[in-house]
Amino acid sequence: MKVSLNWLSDLLGRQLEVDDVSHRLAMLGSPVEGVEALSPDLQDVIVAVVERVEPHPNADRLTLCHVHDGTEVREVVCGAPNVQAGRKYPYAPVGGTLPGGLKLSARKIRGVVSHGMLCSASELGLGSDHEGILELRTEAAAGTPFLDVMPIEDTRLDVEVTANRGDLLGHRGVARELSAVYGVPVKLPAIPQAREAATPRRVELKGAVGGVDVNIEDLDGCPRYMAAVIRGVQVGPSPAWLEARLRAIGARPINNVVDATNYILFELNQPLHAFDARRLRGDRVIVRRARRGERLTTLDGIDRALGVAMTMICDGDGPIAVGGVIGGANSEVTEATTDVLLECAYFDGRRIRNTRRALAISTDASYRFERGTDIDAMDEALRRAVILIRSVAGGDEPEGPIDVYPRPRPQRAVFVRPERVTQLLGTDISMREIEQHLSALGFVAAPKDGRLHVQVPAWRPDVAREVDLIEEIARLRGYDSFPLELRSFRPSSVPSDPDEIVRRRLRQLLTGMGLHEARSQPFVAPGHPDAARVVNPLSAEESCLRTDLMSGLAASVERNWGAMERGVRLFEIGHVFRSRGGEALPDERARVAGVVTGPRRPPHWTASGKAPDYDRWDARALAEGAMEVAVPGSRLEPRDDRWIVLARDGTERGWVGPVSADRPAWAAPLYGFEMDIVSGARPAVQYREVPAMPAVERDVALVLPDEVSALAVEQAIRSAAGALLESVHIFDEYRGAELAGRSVAWRLVLRAKDRTLRDEDADGVVTRVVAALKERFDVERR
Amino acid sequence: MSDPPEDSQLEQVARALEEISSADQGRLTELRTQLLGRKSGQLTQVLRGLKELEPAERQRIGARANALRAEIEAAITARAAVLSTGDRPIEDDLTMPGRARWLGAIHPVTAVVDEICDIFKELGFSRVSGPEAETEEYNFVKLNIGLDHPAADEHDTFFLEGPDAPADGAPWTPPGRYLLRTHTSPMQARTMEQHKPPIRIVVPGQAYRRDPFDPSHSPAFEQIEGLVVDEGVSFVDFKAGIDYFVKHFFTRDTAVRFRPSFFPFTEPSAEVDVQCQICRGSGCSTCKQTGFLEIMGAGMVHPAVFEFCGIDAERYTGYAFGMGPHRIAMLRHGIPDIRLLFHNDMRFLNQFVVTS
Repeated sequence: MKVSLNWLSDLLGRQLEVDDVSHRLAMLGSPVEGVEALSPDLQDVIVAVVERVEPHPNADRLTLCHVHDGTEVREVVCGAPNVQAGRKYPYAPVGGTLPGGLKLSARKIRGVVSHGMLCSASELGLGSDHEGILELRTEAAAGTPFLDVMPIEDTRLDVEVTANRGDLLGHRGVARELSAVYGVPVKLPAIPQAREAATPRRVELKGAVGGVDVNIEDLDGCPRYMAAVIRGVQVGPSPAWLEARLRAIGARPINNVVDATNYILFELNQPLHAFDARRLRGDRVIVRRARRGERLTTLDGIDRALGVAMTMICDGDGPIAVGGVIGGANSEVTEATTDVLLECAYFDGRRIRNTRRALAISTDASYRFERGTDIDAMDEALRRAVILIRSVAGGDEPEGPIDVYPRPRPQRAVFVRPERVTQLLGTDISMREIEQHLSALGFVAAPKDGRLHVQVPAWRPDVAREVDLIEEIARLRGYDSFPLELRSFRPSSVPSDPDEIVRRRLRQLLTGMGLHEARSQPFVAPGHPDAARVVNPLSAEESCLRTDLMSGLAASVERNWGAMERGVRLFEIGHVFRSRGGEALPDERARVAGVVTGPRRPPHWTASGKAPDYDRWDARALAEGAMEVAVPGSRLEPRDDRWIVLARDGTERGWVGPVSADRPAWAAPLYGFEMDIVSGARPAVQYREVPAMPAVERDVALVLPDEVSALAVEQAIRSAAGALLESVHIFDEYRGAELAGRSVAWRLVLRAKDRTLRDEDADGVVTRVVAALKERFDVERR
Repeated sequence: MSDPPEDSQLEQVARALEEISSADQGRLTELRTQLLGRKSGQLTQVLRGLKELEPAERQRIGARANALRAEIEAAITARAAVLSTGDRPIEDDLTMPGRARWLGAIHPVTAVVDEICDIFKELGFSRVSGPEAETEEYNFVKLNIGLDHPAADEHDTFFLEGPDAPADGAPWTPPGRYLLRTHTSPMQARTMEQHKPPIRIVVPGQAYRRDPFDPSHSPAFEQIEGLVVDEGVSFVDFKAGIDYFVKHFFTRDTAVRFRPSFFPFTEPSAEVDVQCQICRGSGCSTCKQTGFLEIMGAGMVHPAVFEFCGIDAERYTGYAFGMGPHRIAMLRHGIPDIRLLFHNDMRFLNQFVVTS
């Protein structure tokens, strides 16, 4: 919300300081997010007295003014008709500069030299009124800087207002907050040429004002509706002070009637609407729900279909405004308007919210009604608006406003228990102090049975229960006033998530293997049949949730390739989703995936700067490392050109192998893996005795025909070797044309627990193994 | 015409190869001639005789012979290089770089998450996690965020396929629409429903807001939620707990500021600012001249949340907080654009190998 520092200062009756206001508002919960100094470029303009006005010798429409600038009298040619001798006007002398950079020089106009310029409001950047030179009603002497007599220098504060504090959307609300900390009352600034307005008349459901019948049919949507009729207004530009005030908060002046309603909106947070009273058909105003099929062209020129849940303002023929949201073009105040019906109403926030959502529009009015306005301050706002309109646009109020308010809301009250305040805030606060803080904010607090009975003003709809008041007490006391005192606590009864340990181990393992941890956006384009759909995606390319991690990693690899990076090593741990057709929340599971491409290790000079590229065997080993942590007890099974991760129970939990990606010719092949992370704590590793006896190694090289797999041979070796076999692994493979198949070499590590093995023991095992392999696969030792 | 070569010749060559590494200059020249000499070099003759062999044999012996030639050439070159340094003992140049291995980096956001959670563990918190796909009931309703309150709008929710919003005027029924959680706060409700106080948890995890991906917003982002529920937990405990965290995560002399704010699920609510780590509080562009940086939203748990989650709001009090590790990682490392944390650029991630 944009706030004028001058306006706030007027409300509090003292000149406020930007830094102090900003700090205090921040510490009250409404930080100032931006400060903009509004200092129009008018330093050169001074007050001057016109001593004599005579016709221009060569032009009928121009005059020649003799202007006293405080030191001497100068001749100034003027085009405006309103300049009168003896009055004071803003004067820009020769050598001075006007807003927009216009530099004044002595200039001949129709044969007469003009020394400087008398200025209109628009020439000073103060308003849209081009009609005449701005007359200054001031006691200041000629030569006084113009800015001293017109305090239009201002500071615009951008105050952040939280969703619960609709009352701070008007200057008075912000002033109330500051009033509580400064200890000064809030007083509405006087309106120039104010004439007192008549007192409203309260009626039930219907009544009449200025010859217009007013009637509420939709009390839920609009519990209170006030209206005033002003006849004989003259619609035109607003005076400079009013335009300056609106401009200071970034609002665009429109005309005096509309500007006046906007002024009240931004001051008292009460949206008003002005109808052209002569355009009301049937001289009536009805507040009712829209009827099926009704339409209204609103002030923004859009023809809108109305819904039956919307509260409409109607005349005898049909809708003339969407209540609390936007007016209709058919009753708009125009230059030709002379009679105005001024509406001041309270609309239900929930209803307004639904209406403006359905119409896809948000206005200053809807924004405020949605957050709750002050239903008790409506008569004050309306009367002030009438006074203001009569001040700036003239006109008369034939009779006092009508106030349709059939069911006045009772005063709301909340109890506060001092002991609860202490319990929650952790420090003793006396009943007296509580009372002080609350009354500073406009609450009326009185002790009652050891508690405080607190009346809540209608401008604070957010305060509904005790804790709301405790927050007010803490706020006013100042959050800083509570000590930073670490007191004893009981540890959590909630067990930590065991899966976090699993994820941490995976990270340690994979970073240890040289992979960087990646994080990807989880949104993907549609394509997977089980992908969970986002109803309101940012774009079609991001309209589904990822079903795997690999697509994100592959995209990251491609981006790295795009940056000419040949070596990419990444892993990611994250959630993937599968749709359950909207019948239940998507299936969501944690997974880990990794990719590698390019050099297997950093190039080193001992290897002439060359390092082999990652291949499928690297990927397999990476995956096997991850599997031990992610899917304990799982194994790999070859399938086509990759491996499948099979859990102990036979379910497929992932894969390892080549990854397809858009690979430039210079890049190395890409390999990767992806697997589920099985939930649950992992059993601790159980110690096995460290061997005390030496091992004996024996190598067995076999020529294997193509159809015999290494795995099958290894299993056969294990079963034939017996108890002495500690481990067996492949250490070589050789393929040559001379071989029928390939030669694979195993190393057997043999060991007895209780003795040193003799060569005969080891040879015996090898003989047994070779015989068994011959028997089983018909293979020979090479 | 030459004789067909035999394996024995190759074995002779192989034996000579072993001699190279210890040969002196004169012997090296002899060996070169003996093995690779153009006319009568032993290996030269083998290679020359290959054409006399049967094809299978030619391939076998040829492959071995060629491999041997490469080895011999490399060995002679290496030995010659050693001998050329003269009689001085050979010493390694210790300014040469070592043989490195790839080291991976923990993502800077993960590192921040772990560090934050570890500090809270010192304060007796346990670390839990929960689902990212949630319901309106847990993401909003149980956290006292009325679906028709303007506060719900500020969440810019991604909705998932599932139940529709109630038609105009129809009452809302649980669990409501499906969505991607807009904060990690649903775990407050899920934990309170499943566990009895004392509850002290931190909940890291991914949350989602319908923000375009730009330098300061990401539709998916990391968040850490914290919740404390017990008898006698007060605003003073809240302030002290957060202060402890800030002083351990940043530096012991970092000033902390608590400002009133509004969140539907806490009251009193607070915005927590820390002294700007860049300018140390004197004002700079990072902190917009305020000297402070906003790092978390927090406050005392709203009694309505306790009521929604079946906890006696008169007996128990507590505090809750939420913060964004992406933003904290950006501040900590001086990263100007949040998207860098999602691009997985090797040149970016390489920088975090040591720090994390």
